[in-house]
Amino acid sequence: MITFESVTKQFPGGTTAVDELHLQVPDGEVVVLVGPSGCGKTTILRMVNRMIEPSGGRVAVNGEDVMRTSPPRLRRGIGYVIQGIGLFPHRTIAQNVATVPKLEGWDDDRIKARVDELIETVGLPDGVRDRYPHQLSGGQQQRVGVARALAADPPVMLMDEPFAAVDPIVRTRLQDEFLRLQSEVRKTIVFVTHDIDEAIKMGDRIAILSQGGHLQQYATPKELLAEPANDFVADFLGAERGLKRLALIPVSQVEAAPGPVVAPGAGIDEARRVAETHSSDWVVVVDDEGRARGWARLDELDGRGPVDGVRLRDFELTVHADDSLRTALNALVISRHGVAVRLGDGDRYEGLLTRELLSEELR
Amino acid sequence: MDWAWVGENLGRIRGYALQHLFLTAVPVAAGFVLAFPMSLAAIRWRRLYAPLLGFTGMLFTIPSIALFVLLIPVTGLGPLTAIVPLTIYTLLILIRNTVEGLDGVDPDVREAAEAMGYTRGRRLLGVELPLALPVIVAGLRIATVTTVGLVTITALIGAGGLGRLIVDGFTLFFPTSVVVGVVLSVAFAVAADLVLLAGQKALTPWRAGRA
Amino acid sequence: MELVAQLLDWFTAPAQWTGSSGIPVRVLEHVLYTVAATGVAVVVGLPIGLAVGHTGRGGTVAVNTTNVGRAIPSFGIIVLFFFIFGIDPVPAVIMLVALALPPIVTNTYVGVRSVAPAVTDSAAGMGLTGWQVLREVEIPAAMPLIMAGIRTSAVQVVATATLAAYIGLGGLGRYIFDGLSQQVLNQVVGGAILVALLALATELALGRVQRLVVPRGLQARSRQAALDAKLT
Repeated sequence: MITFESVTKQFPGGTTAVDELHLQVPDGEVVVLVGPSGCGKTTILRMVNRMIEPSGGRVAVNGEDVMRTSPPRLRRGIGYVIQGIGLFPHRTIAQNVATVPKLEGWDDDRIKARVDELIETVGLPDGVRDRYPHQLSGGQQQRVGVARALAADPPVMLMDEPFAAVDPIVRTRLQDEFLRLQSEVRKTIVFVTHDIDEAIKMGDRIAILSQGGHLQQYATPKELLAEPANDFVADFLGAERGLKRLALIPVSQVEAAPGPVVAPGAGIDEARRVAETHSSDWVVVVDDEGRARGWARLDELDGRGPVDGVRLRDFELTVHADDSLRTALNALVISRHGVAVRLGDGDRYEGLLTRELLSEELR
Repeated sequence: MDWAWVGENLGRIRGYALQHLFLTAVPVAAGFVLAFPMSLAAIRWRRLYAPLLGFTGMLFTIPSIALFVLLIPVTGLGPLTAIVPLTIYTLLILIRNTVEGLDGVDPDVREAAEAMGYTRGRRLLGVELPLALPVIVAGLRIATVTTVGLVTITALIGAGGLGRLIVDGFTLFFPTSVVVGVVLSVAFAVAADLVLLAGQKALTPWRAGRA
Repeated sequence: MELVAQLLDWFTAPAQWTGSSGIPVRVLEHVLYTVAATGVAVVVGLPIGLAVGHTGRGGTVAVNTTNVGRAIPSFGIIVLFFFIFGIDPVPAVIMLVALALPPIVTNTYVGVRSVAPAVTDSAAGMGLTGWQVLREVEIPAAMPLIMAGIRTSAVQVVATATLAAYIGLGGLGRYIFDGLSQQVLNQVVGGAILVALLALATELALGRVQRLVVPRGLQARSRQAALDAKLT
């Protein structure tokens, strides 16, 4: 756990970067510091490993005041990843990753085993071991940076805009990989970004800061989006706050409507009756095993035969239980009929999502 | 050109060349030993840097023959009178390149080293110096080549080196000796430059394949 | 201490301040060599450097010439010139010109090349001709380096002109070499002091000129250039 107690930082010349900050970063969680430039987020991060020393208050890692530990000692127990990565250009990838274990005096076999393990963990090809950093792509270099920070298995990690320098596609991939990795290693992480979307995606909790290091709100992403504490927070979350919140809620959270369902062998009269009770002009065809076969429009059904006598239409838009409501809303907007079909594994029919159901959830 | 003379005097020429080597190596080495701590001080206390460059720059402006001669009353005629000014001349180049080389280390790399728990001394030796090496060696190359040229002048104050071939050639009205002195001096400068460059390449393998 | 007294004697002797071997004449000779050699080098070197820089062709040759120049011992060249031309001020000055050229050409070239392509591009885009780009943009921007090159050359010429006295030319070097051969220490040291002062005065005077002709926005760069020109 990292705790900030009335932490203040004034720089020579009188600017106050951080003002009376109280904050707790629980073990195994990612806490994202976010805010406009000049809000002191990087200063707060750097006070954890004494790259910057507080002018007042107390910063403690696992109860131990950071000012009581010598900087080198303290820092070797805290992983650090920055936007510029800062790989050592004169050392190979393996040597870079081995930096802190080497400083800690591990024996060579242990270092080698750890380096091999990490290169695999962060998804780098084995061939990069003996290359130099400039021979790698930006995304690969950033992975090396993460591997190097994890090398001595520090319980705490500090990350300062770690993915800001790579292009959007690589960034998304690195973010996803990082979340997967974090679900395994469960580090206590302080993560700085200026991008609210990244904060919402990466953070277990988010601290929103304003100019001069004032903490405006500290909450989980959902709480933040549902109930911004003040106008500053609401503004910072942006105009699409509702949509961002939808992105955090899984489809499974919303009860799906059963919809006009008929069996493949049903006749046209039954189809008409079912459609009418749902006031629609189409039906969904679901077989005995609960699999959705497709759908049909009433006016296309011919004569007396069963509904599967005609060519059933495929569903244009389907959603799954673990998709976000934002994805579902997108499907609803595109859909001509204002509905999206929710399917489970193996095309199992789980019901229909409608605009009404979604706005119910948003209320 | 009198080739027979060259053959007959090979031993003497070799002796002058060795003196030349000595008179180049000692000032460059001494200059580096002096410049290095001065550079570290200039990095630690930024305000020292400009005056340090100003002062060594002023010394650099004084013509070598004048500086050699001004030392005669202090150190007499001989190698020491040559070595002191030659050492002084290397300072400007070596200080400037050492400071700029260390300054040029990517701040992110410096920060990463600090954040991983490097102590100040270890960071300097393990990270900053290796990365500054190309610029520092570039300074050593300029200092060495310049010194090789200046050593020829020291023959005028009795310090030896290949300049003796030039002085003797002039006194005895014998051009071959002068030509040999000039050619060997140039060859020596080029060779020293290449050796330093090769040494730098060997010490910085990570730069292979980069401009 | 004794030497200080002897030096004072040397500097204050009335004979020292008159006649063809007096200090005023020797200083004048030395200044003339320097002005002539540097002046010719500027007239020849500046257009070369501007042309090379403006067109971008031949730059490597210019820079490499300077590098090679550093390896050539000027003292040896002076003596070789003596064997070829005898005691004659004209070839001596030509040699000084040759030594003064590389710093001027290279610095002018580097100065013109260092103008950001975006700047010359936008100048051309506003409709300036090649000549106008050179005159309005490249020369003013290159001024710190051009002046630094001239300054370096001039100081170098002061030093090398001293050596030219070894083969019988005039100038302040005469005191040093005559003194050395006659073993008159106070004259040798007195000459060296004068040479050192002249070199420093040249450096400072041209530094003044540099501050006057360099556009105000480029002054900081100008100081840096003065240092770089000495060392490259």
